[in-house]
Amino acid sequence: MHIMWFTERAYHYDPEKEPEKLRQFETEVIRHRSFFGLRNELFDAKLGSELLNQFLDEKIYSDELGFDGVMLNEHHGTPFCLGAVMDVEAAVLAKTTRRVKIVLLGNPVPTVGNPVRLAEELAMIDLISRGRLVPGWVRGAGSEQFANNANPANNRELFEEGIDLIIKAWTQPGPFRYEGKHFHFRFVNPWVLPLQKPHPPIWIPGLVSPDTVKWCAKKRFPYVALATRLEPTVELWNMYTREAAREGYQAGTENFGYLQPVFVADTQEKAEELGKRFMFGGSFAHFARPEWMFPPGYNSKEATRRLARLNNGPNLPGKPIHEAGGDEDDAHIEAIRKAIYEGYPQSRKDLQMIAGTPDSVIPQLRKVLEVLRPGIFSFWIDGPIPPKDRMRCVELLGKEVIPKVREIGRELDLVDPFERAPGSRPLAASAQPEPVANAEALAAL
Amino acid sequence: MAEKVSGFAEETVKVGGTSLIVLKGGSGKPLLVLHEELGFPGWLRWNAEMAKTRRLLVPMHPGFGRTERAEWISSVRDLAGFYARYLREQQLSGIDVIGFSFGGWIAAEMAANDPKLFRRMVLVAPTGIRPPSGELRDMFVTTARVYLSATVRNPAATAEFGALFGGEETPEQFEAFEDARAEVARLAWQPYMHNPSLPHLLEGVTGLPTLLIWGREDGVVPLSAGEVYQRALKDSRLIVFDDCGHRPEVEKTSEFVARVNEFLA
Repeated sequence: MHIMWFTERAYHYDPEKEPEKLRQFETEVIRHRSFFGLRNELFDAKLGSELLNQFLDEKIYSDELGFDGVMLNEHHGTPFCLGAVMDVEAAVLAKTTRRVKIVLLGNPVPTVGNPVRLAEELAMIDLISRGRLVPGWVRGAGSEQFANNANPANNRELFEEGIDLIIKAWTQPGPFRYEGKHFHFRFVNPWVLPLQKPHPPIWIPGLVSPDTVKWCAKKRFPYVALATRLEPTVELWNMYTREAAREGYQAGTENFGYLQPVFVADTQEKAEELGKRFMFGGSFAHFARPEWMFPPGYNSKEATRRLARLNNGPNLPGKPIHEAGGDEDDAHIEAIRKAIYEGYPQSRKDLQMIAGTPDSVIPQLRKVLEVLRPGIFSFWIDGPIPPKDRMRCVELLGKEVIPKVREIGRELDLVDPFERAPGSRPLAASAQPEPVANAEALAAL
Repeated sequence: MAEKVSGFAEETVKVGGTSLIVLKGGSGKPLLVLHEELGFPGWLRWNAEMAKTRRLLVPMHPGFGRTERAEWISSVRDLAGFYARYLREQQLSGIDVIGFSFGGWIAAEMAANDPKLFRRMVLVAPTGIRPPSGELRDMFVTTARVYLSATVRNPAATAEFGALFGGEETPEQFEAFEDARAEVARLAWQPYMHNPSLPHLLEGVTGLPTLLIWGREDGVVPLSAGEVYQRALKDSRLIVFDDCGHRPEVEKTSEFVARVNEFLA
């Protein structure tokens, strides 16, 4: 089992030292109805500098603990994530850590625009880290397309073609000429190539897109679900497993990963208090505007058809979460704030957030592991939380939680992609794939 | 919508590998109608008025949901070439044309390439040229609904506003808007909704009387772009309606129909 942890690196004020500033900042986000696009004159560079250093220190510290990996992501134009260019952070970690895998989930290939340059950046990170890089790719959220002026109507084509080109650049002897639909290179011959051969292992993170799940199964890339609800996640696992069978292999735990929001503290009370903060700092979906989440052509026709018929979803195109903008009175803002935090008990109940002491979180983590059976597991710590509490959480996870999770992993036979190559298990003679997720365990919850 | 109007028929015409859907209504000399960026807004009062003396041919742009997408069309100039082929193969060269917004841009590209395709051309607040002052309203940073309401000066005071695109945003209409937005993104994401070479090519157009119609308060394509069109096209006239936004055909229907009929007579 591969165990890592993740944080969005949200821009935030310390709730103990500057509670009023934190509250004002939340108000700005609520008023704007979105993290993306919040006017950047609100960015305090001094705070940004402190936070980026803090986040790197946390990752470096986790190298000494029991983690197998640290996971990074990237977002643009949003206080939700200070990792605007994740490869920069990855480069720092490549040199300042010794043991952990550096897992990038993922580089937004369509928005970067130059796959060959990306291949070079990643090769350098792999070389400096002495072969600890796990690159992954994403299409980029809708808002990312605006922040980089990447044509959303070409998003999936750019994604698939860009990745093919990166892998070619790493594996096909150069120089060669590349003429695709969207990318054209006269001379592909990067001198700097990855240390891991034939290329670093690739994992793909995702939310709900069936298109991406099927594509991953075809490519034999492990799919890491980002804190999605358990029931649809099981369905996606099954979809992957069926698609894998069509490709002639039996999917296993090595094909799946899961990201789990969690907060651990020395007392249950403290953990709950901090876990609750995740509702604002972590729950991305509540604060995104439909016009930026669903740019033109970003979704497939099937996905658009599904969206058009969802009448109660919070972020439907054309249905803003709340209609007004900029002129809400204080009572309205407070009502929205209250509604956000009131979602906490339900998120605990649904295991969308697990909070507690190292001992009390174990049975809950076990439930998730029993249902999804992921070979890759990542903790997700977020929300405006004082640095010392974040650090303590990382420490408790590393020293007290991980050893027990590992035991569960052994007991449940959660083999990871380093132990068994994804796609290497032949299909049984019946050609009927065995499901990886445990539907009975889900029903028993 | 369109199907409810008597005498309004739909036919499918093969243009290369594409089955082009064309709506036809009215009687008289044919008039090619090139629809806007959100799709075909439906059979409105101006259509009914003009259909009394003209046979309207309204092709549904490829990739906008009705006509299938043509993979090879990747620019408005490609689309203009597609429609030029349609006119030639259907022996419709020399037809009169009226184009709205994005559809006006298509017509302008066709004229720039081959002025003989048309006898007379009416462009209603066409996109296609970057305005020297103001900006083309970006349809991609808002929802279709928000963009739609910016196309008239005052939605509440525009009687026919509620009839545009059938009024309600049903799931089907939502899908249709998304099809249109996606296809326009493929063709005009960057540079946004214009082609820098268009005004230069339009300077070479001769023998094509052109009427440019604009609303003074157009919130989608600023009037300054109309002035560039007017200067580039030798044989053109720009008329401007006061108290009017991007849809003179809906906001000032009677005057609009009168001026267009007078020009096309």
